Amino acid sequence: MWKWLHPYANPEVSYHLTNKLLPWLSALAAIFLSIGLVWALLFAPADYQQGDSFRIFYVHVPAASLSMGIYFAMAIAAFSSLVWQLKLADASAAAMAPVGAAFTAIALITGAAWGKPMWGTWWIWDARLTSELILLFLYLGVIALHNAFEDKNLAGKAAGILTLVGVVNIPIIKYSVDWWNTLHQGSTVSKLGRPSMSLDMLWPFIVCFIGFSLLVAVIISLRFRNEILARNSIRPWVRELVKNHTR
Amino acid sequence: MNPRRKKRLAMVASILIGISAVFGLVLYALSQNIDLFFTPSEISQGKKETGLKASLGQRIRIGGLVVPGSVKRDPESLKVSFKLSDMTMPIVFKDSDITVTVYFEGMLPDLFREGQGIVANGTLAEHPLTGLSIEASEVLAKHDENYMPAELAEAAGQKHEKSTYTDKQLQSKNTSGY
Repeated sequence: MWKWLHPYANPEVSYHLTNKLLPWLSALAAIFLSIGLVWALLFAPADYQQGDSFRIFYVHVPAASLSMGIYFAMAIAAFSSLVWQLKLADASAAAMAPVGAAFTAIALITGAAWGKPMWGTWWIWDARLTSELILLFLYLGVIALHNAFEDKNLAGKAAGILTLVGVVNIPIIKYSVDWWNTLHQGSTVSKLGRPSMSLDMLWPFIVCFIGFSLLVAVIISLRFRNEILARNSIRPWVRELVKNHTR
Repeated sequence: MNPRRKKRLAMVASILIGISAVFGLVLYALSQNIDLFFTPSEISQGKKETGLKASLGQRIRIGGLVVPGSVKRDPESLKVSFKLSDMTMPIVFKDSDITVTVYFEGMLPDLFREGQGIVANGTLAEHPLTGLSIEASEVLAKHDENYMPAELAEAAGQKHEKSTYTDKQLQSKNTSGY
């Protein structure tokens, strides 16, 4: 059943596939992000209560949901690396961790900047904010473990175990606003049925969200490509590649 | 799948299930403490499941909706008092609602208005006139998840105006550090 996937376990095949995908992903990311951000920041109507401050929503919400999405992808990679010992899965997890950490930090910082004028405080230890901060520390731990060992297989195994332990935090972040009473508001967009946002505010959000997702795909592909080369530097195909490139 | 992979799969899966169970039980045990605030009815009757009640003089957070018509501002100073009732959906205010009065001196957040969700931090006291009350040192606005353009909100009768202050009010407390 999974036979068609087998060629992609080969680093060389994966490297060339990533190379082919990159220009397309970059072009799409640039188009979606420029349309989405201009639409959201200049043309979307201001909120009736928050005025223009609400526009940080268009960065904060994509960053926060991608921080969870990237972690989930990393957990899937860690799982397949631990069970099937796929070396490429380790490489992809190592490529994803710093991107996820950056997006978590963006979500926390934009949230604090919005919280000061709207709530009246930069930070409060409620369930949503605290669990998102724990996500940042999990990412930092995973990055540290990937770099803590000379042996990349051992490093991948250690980081993979931490990633899987931390995956319980993802539903906690997602449902914290429903399970407990928090200062952070409930979800606006991902509600089943109707999102609590008028449509002329929602459309620019959707475009921004697709744009940021594509941006994440681009950055992770770039990092994944580098990881493959770094981990296979003694293989003949990499040497061949470098020789052709420098000539 | 070969037996080694099967063994590893079983091991990873059992670790995952074990950790989820541990976290689930810990969070369940802590669930009352993870709540950020008491609601007005929890202050007067205790938490629903455990009956946990805040005692007089205890520092707590209260969260609720500002009852329309209950906001009283002192014209000379930044002293303000308002009543909070439970947040229920859909939002309806009845006379029979359990309310707790909040006393506060300072600038209110921009989003403060009647009907708005508020989280206040202060000590629980028994006020001679208003009964259970909170002497608040901090008032935070809880935003809801609804976003709409101004024209739409106006059509729905939900105009928002920021609180305004006179010079006299502002001078009464020169430490209002906003």
